[in-house]
Amino acid sequence: MRRLMCLLACVAVAAAGCEREARRYTELPAAANRSTAVRLTMLQPGSPQPLSNVQSPYQYNAYGLSEGKRLYAAYNCAGCHGLNGGGAIGPALTDDKWIYGSHADQLFSTISQGRPDGMPSFGGHIPDQQIWQLVAYVQSLAGMVSQDAATSRNDDQAAAKPENRIEDARQIQTGHR
Amino acid sequence: MKLWAHRCVARAALVATTSFLATTSCNKPAPDVRSETPPSARPLSGAMADPSRLAQDDGQWTMPAKNYAATRFTALDEISTGNVKQMGVAWTFSTGVTAGHEGPPLVVGDTMYLVTPWPNILYAFDLTKPGAPIRWQYDPKPLGAAKGVACCDIVNRGAVFANGALFFNTLDGRAISVDAATGKERWVTQLADINRGETITMAPLVVKGKVFVGNSGGEFGVRGWLTALDAGDGSVAWRAYSTGPDKDVLIGPNFTPHYDSDRGKDLGITTWPGEAWRTGGGTVWGWLSYDPEADLLYYGTANPGPWNPDQRPGDNKWTAGMFARSPDTGEARWFYQTSPHDLFDHDGVNELVLADLRMNGGARKVLMRADRNGLLYVIDRSTGEVLSASPFAPVNSNKGVDLKTGRLIAVPEKAPKQGIVVRDICPAAPGAKDWQPMAFSPKTGLLYIPHNNLCMDFEGMAASYIAGTPYVGASVVYKAGPGGNRGFFTAWDPIAAKPRWQIKENFPVWSGALVANDLVFYGTMEGWFKAVDAGTGQLLWQFKCGSGVIGQPMAFKGPDGHEYIAVAAGIGGWPGAIVSADLDPRDATAGNGWGGALGDLKSATTKGGMLYVFTVSGGK
Ligand code: HEC
Repeated sequence: MRRLMCLLACVAVAAAGCEREARRYTELPAAANRSTAVRLTMLQPGSPQPLSNVQSPYQYNAYGLSEGKRLYAAYNCAGCHGLNGGGAIGPALTDDKWIYGSHADQLFSTISQGRPDGMPSFGGHIPDQQIWQLVAYVQSLAGMVSQDAATSRNDDQAAAKPENRIEDARQIQTGHR
Repeated sequence: MKLWAHRCVARAALVATTSFLATTSCNKPAPDVRSETPPSARPLSGAMADPSRLAQDDGQWTMPAKNYAATRFTALDEISTGNVKQMGVAWTFSTGVTAGHEGPPLVVGDTMYLVTPWPNILYAFDLTKPGAPIRWQYDPKPLGAAKGVACCDIVNRGAVFANGALFFNTLDGRAISVDAATGKERWVTQLADINRGETITMAPLVVKGKVFVGNSGGEFGVRGWLTALDAGDGSVAWRAYSTGPDKDVLIGPNFTPHYDSDRGKDLGITTWPGEAWRTGGGTVWGWLSYDPEADLLYYGTANPGPWNPDQRPGDNKWTAGMFARSPDTGEARWFYQTSPHDLFDHDGVNELVLADLRMNGGARKVLMRADRNGLLYVIDRSTGEVLSASPFAPVNSNKGVDLKTGRLIAVPEKAPKQGIVVRDICPAAPGAKDWQPMAFSPKTGLLYIPHNNLCMDFEGMAASYIAGTPYVGASVVYKAGPGGNRGFFTAWDPIAAKPRWQIKENFPVWSGALVANDLVFYGTMEGWFKAVDAGTGQLLWQFKCGSGVIGQPMAFKGPDGHEYIAVAAGIGGWPGAIVSADLDPRDATAGNGWGGALGDLKSATTKGGMLYVFTVSGGK
C-alpha cells in the first residue's frame, strides 16, 4: 500500500527520491509523457495535468479545411458518418457528444489508431498531414473552428447547413449513443 | 417429455380460393424434439431430419417465417377476435441490448429461444417454469469492429431450429450451431470477412441437412454469395456467388430462366463494365423459402454496388433479382431480375411467400414478393414467369413490368444521374417495403404487408472503392410519400391484385407481420404492438411497448396448453438507427437518407430491447 502511494506521488510530482522504489514494468516514467499524453478521459490520478494544447495546423486555414472536406468524402468517412457529419454507421460528428474526445490530439489518435467499435485505423494508410486536415474538418462539422475559415458551400445536394453556419449542437437534447 | 397436446389444429377451414403448401398432412403429431436421438448419432439427411414436419405444428415456431412457405400463419385460435381485448403481458425479458431488435423468438418443445442483435447472445428460456427463467445462454463474443461495417444497424434476423440443434449467424461473419437442449457449441464456421466489408445479419434456413447462409455488405462493394453448410459439422458444401462467371454462380446446363435477357454465357461478367462485378454486391441478406415438392430453394439477391448507377452500366447480373436453386448441389434453375441495372438501391431480397393460387382458371404454384420497387409480384415458381406485378404503394419510378419480356419499365426522368439531384422519386431507396416480412393467410387468401410510404431526392456521386469502407456514391434524402404518412399496413388480395384494406401509420412499419387465425399482429416504430381483424383491418387491441417495435411477432402454445403471442421490441434497424445510434437529423443524409424523413422519431421513442409475451389466459 505504501509503495502504491509512493508510486502515485511519484507520478504526480515526479519526485526523484522515489526512484529507488519505482517499479517500471514497460512504460516510460510518467513525467516523460507529461506534455504528449493523449487522454481519452478527464479523470486523472493525483492532481490533474493540464490538457495538451495541441491544435491542428489547419484549424484557421481555409485551404486545409477544404482539403479536409475533400478527404472526408474521398476516404469514405462520409459513408460511415453521414455526408454532412450527421452520422450513419458511425456516430454523428456534428453534435456535442464525443466518445473519444474532441481535442485535436484526441481526434488525431481516433483517426490514426481507429476505435474498437468499428472505426477503422487510418494510420499508416494515409499521410499524417492529411489526418491533421481531417481533424480540422471534423472540428468544423461541430462548429469548433473559426467561421471565416470553415468551408461554406457544398458542391452536392444541400442536405445540411454549411459548416460555417452550423448552429450550437447543445440545442439538440435527444438520447445518447 | 410429452407433447403438450395433440397439435393438429383443424385445418378444414382452409378455404376454397387458395390451397396452402405447408398444410398437407395432419395425420402425424410432430416429433417430440427433446427426446430425439442426439444429432450426432444419426445422419442429418432424409425424412427424419426434415424440419418441415415440425413447422406444420402450430404449437411450435421453429424458423422465423414459421414454415418453408414463409407464411407466418398459425391456426392457433385461443386468442380470438372476441377475447383479444383482454390480452395482457404474461412475462417479459430485457435483452440489455439497445440496438434494433429485428429477430423473432422461436419455440421448440418447452423452450423459447431468442438471439439478440450484436453481441448476438442466444438465450434459451424454460417455458415450464413461472416467468420462463433462462435455461442457458450462449455468448459468441463477436468482434466490436464488425459494427463498423454493418450498414444498417447491428441487427440479427433470427436463429433456426432443426434436428435438435440451433443455427444462427454473428455480425462478424460466423455461422454457429449449438445443441438445443444444452446450449453447447456444436460447430463454428467463419464465412464472412469484415475487412472486405462483409457481415452476416440474416436468419439461416435449414433444408435436408444443409444450412443456408448469405452475406451482407452491399454498401461496401462486397461480392454477394449464398453458402450451403453441412448441418452436421459446419463444413462448406457449396457457395453460389451473385456476380462473376457462370461457374461461380453455379449456372450450368439445367439453368432455364423464363426470359431471354437471362440467357447467355457469363452474364455475371458481361453485364458489368470491366472488373466491376468483383465489387458488385448482390448480397444475400434476406429470406429463403423452400418448396419440398419441387425440391427448390428460392431467395433474392440485393442491390448492385455502388448505388451510383453511372459507375456500372449494364444489367448487373445477378443482382436485384431472385434465384431458384437445387438445395443439394446449389445449381441454379431459374433467375428473374426485379430491377435490372438497379437505379435506387432496390435490393431483391424480400421474402418469397409460396402458395398455390387459383389464377387465370387454373391452379398455379406461385411465389409472391412485395418488392422494394413497389410492385407486388406473383410469379410461377416452377418457371420464373411473372404472372402479375402491381403497385402496392405510391410508385412513380417505374411503370410496372412488360409481361412479354419480364422487364421493369423504366421512367427516364426519375433515373439518377451523377452530379444532378433528381427529386421526388417514389419509392425511396428503402423501397415500398424493405426486409420486414409479410404474412399470408390461407383462410382469407390475403397477404398482410407491413411497409413504407417514402419518396426521395437522389444525387449520384463518384464512389471510390476502399476495401472495408462504404461504396455507395449517392447523396439521398428520404421524405414521406403522398398523404404524409410514412407507413402502411396493407391487406392485399394477390389474385385480384389489389388491396382489401389498408391502415395508415405515421412511421414506416418496420416490423414483421403475423396471422394467428383471424387476427393479424404487427408493431409500429413508436412502440405500439397491434392486433387487427384479418378480414376488416379493424383495430381490436394495442399495447405500448417500452421501445419501438421492428421485430417479428410469432405465436406458440405453452406447456400449459395456452396460446401465447411474442414479439421483441427495441427500436433500431436502418430507419430506427436515428434513435438507437443517436444520429443528428440536422443532416438530412444521416443514416444514409433517413435524417430527412425521421427526425421526429427521437421524440416518439427511446431505445431498449425487451421481449414481450402476451396471453389471454392470465399468464403465470
Ligand atoms: C467503416 C465505417 C467508418 C469509416 C470509414 C470511418 N469511421 Fe469514424 N467511426 C466509425 C465508428 C463505428 C465509430 C465509433 C467507434 C467506437 O465507438 O468505438 C467511429 C468514430 C469516429 C470518431 C470518434 C467520434 C467520437 O464520438 O469520439 C471520429 C472523430 C471519426 N470516427 C472520424 C472519422 C474520419 C475523419 C473518418 C475518415 C478518415 C472516419 N471516421 C471513417 C466508423 C467509421
